[in-house]
Amino acid sequence: MNLTDLTALQLRNGIKNGSVKSADATEAVFEQIEKHDAKIGAFLDTFKKDALVKAKEIDEKIGKGEPVGALAGVPMAVKDNMCTTFGTTTCASKMLKNFRSPYNATVIEKLLAADAIIIGKTNLDEFAMGSSTENSDLKKTVNPWDSSRVPGGSSGGSAAAVAAKMCFAAMGSDTGGSIRQPASFCGVVGLKPTYGRVSRYGLVAYGSSLDQIGPLTKNIEDCALMLNVIAGHDEKDSTSVDEKMAPLCDWLEKINRPVTGLKIAVVPQLFEGADGEVVNAIKSAVEVYKELGAEIVEIKMPHFEYAIAAYYLIATAEASSNLARYDGVHYGYRTARPADYIEVYTKSRNEALGAEVKRRIMLGTYALSSGYYDAYYLKALKVRNLIRGDFTAAFEKADCIIMPTSPTTAFKIGEKTADPLQMYLSDVYTIAVNLAGVPAISIPCGFDKNKLPIGLQIIASAFAEDKLLRIARMFEKAD
Amino acid sequence: MGPKKIDIEQVKQVAKLARLALSEAEIAQFAVQLSAILEYVEKLNQLDTANVEPLAHCLPVNNCFRDDVIKPSLGTEKTISNAPDKDEQFFIVPKILEDTGDF
Repeated sequence: MNLTDLTALQLRNGIKNGSVKSADATEAVFEQIEKHDAKIGAFLDTFKKDALVKAKEIDEKIGKGEPVGALAGVPMAVKDNMCTTFGTTTCASKMLKNFRSPYNATVIEKLLAADAIIIGKTNLDEFAMGSSTENSDLKKTVNPWDSSRVPGGSSGGSAAAVAAKMCFAAMGSDTGGSIRQPASFCGVVGLKPTYGRVSRYGLVAYGSSLDQIGPLTKNIEDCALMLNVIAGHDEKDSTSVDEKMAPLCDWLEKINRPVTGLKIAVVPQLFEGADGEVVNAIKSAVEVYKELGAEIVEIKMPHFEYAIAAYYLIATAEASSNLARYDGVHYGYRTARPADYIEVYTKSRNEALGAEVKRRIMLGTYALSSGYYDAYYLKALKVRNLIRGDFTAAFEKADCIIMPTSPTTAFKIGEKTADPLQMYLSDVYTIAVNLAGVPAISIPCGFDKNKLPIGLQIIASAFAEDKLLRIARMFEKAD
Repeated sequence: MGPKKIDIEQVKQVAKLARLALSEAEIAQFAVQLSAILEYVEKLNQLDTANVEPLAHCLPVNNCFRDDVIKPSLGTEKTISNAPDKDEQFFIVPKILEDTGDF
């Protein structure tokens, strides 16, 4: 058996009991990267030398019987919008191409404290704005299952790296589906935790009321293992909740306990917009749960179809404010010969930001501008409340909601780039979850006729990751 | 389709607010694309939200206070380390005030 076939948990356990060396696992993933990444393009940067040094340190510690962390020696990748003091933090943008963060994101600190080996930083849509990773200004990433197709986005590099066994797990960020949709397209597991569950400190901000960091993994146990490490309150992020509001637990320890009396909600109206093969795969998954004893409840979510419209006003409004910091003064790109200080702003920004980022800044600026604020931004926030109400009502009737992660499997490179609105519409099933702040997971549930993976999305109520992961695990075990 | 939701002049005004020196071609393209997106978001008006509170974020958290304790900060060197133009202590930018001779 090849070492790269192990799950993160199997590898961690092997490293801890001395049957596997972290150094060998690290060598193995780099062999995989050297073999495949020229074609796949998942990584923007890798840290082979430092990773091997760290891996050997962990192996030595274990050899001496010293205590090690929960991710001891596990080679991992992180999306390149999380600040690291090693390498650059580019957000796949010309603006931050040479940016070297003076501090680590809290998630990075937690991974390092758990003795994970961070082997590289993965490609994304510029500033996490996109659904295909085609908006990266630095690199093209393809789907490991079919190189003529996109890996999804914006965490496309992380999803592709896990799918191609170039790392044992990866971190992504999800503002409107950016963990779940690429997980679905690449046939891996992707969890968006509840808003506030994981610190956003050091995650380059896009839509601050929606952004959340989460893991992309080979299976659900690994997902629980990762959540154990990254969850928790952080005084540096005032939106990360304390343990009074959201108690932590050992998600891994509880993962194999099935949920008894499980009630699953499905929303028949939402199947209409998806490809037939996707719908069939989701319906088969529902049958699996039925056989496991679950009760299926059909519900309506009358405001769900307004989520994309609300999202593209709220997220862009927040983005237009967050990205005002790229001013050509403090860090990042500056235009070559500005005539005056205004041109430092206007030309630096125009030259270094890509088309989709500019489009969102423009839309958000418009939605917040005088005379349009009430009609667009405020209206969207009110609709957001209605959408959250749909979820609240659903969770009074059921433990979780099941639907597709994406209406299609991975689409062709270039298929949707000409029409931004078509690209936005591909996020139809994921976006409402971010607006409601609840946790959701995408897990593999079959393949279409082109042998492309299909993702099943399971959504639970706020801070119910425990139940969410256990429900997902029930399917994984039965499948 | 009716008149464009956003015309060339409005795009220019928004670009000015957003501090983006868009090219003429970009302005023309954004007028078309943003109009299409704004056309789409019109669907929000199908919903009556007269009695709905806006929801800015989902956490039942308002203000988060902490004790005012002095902790180490980043320091000048690290703070300016990524600046596109700097000296030992300062960010360097083009002059922002006219020389009036008043000083």
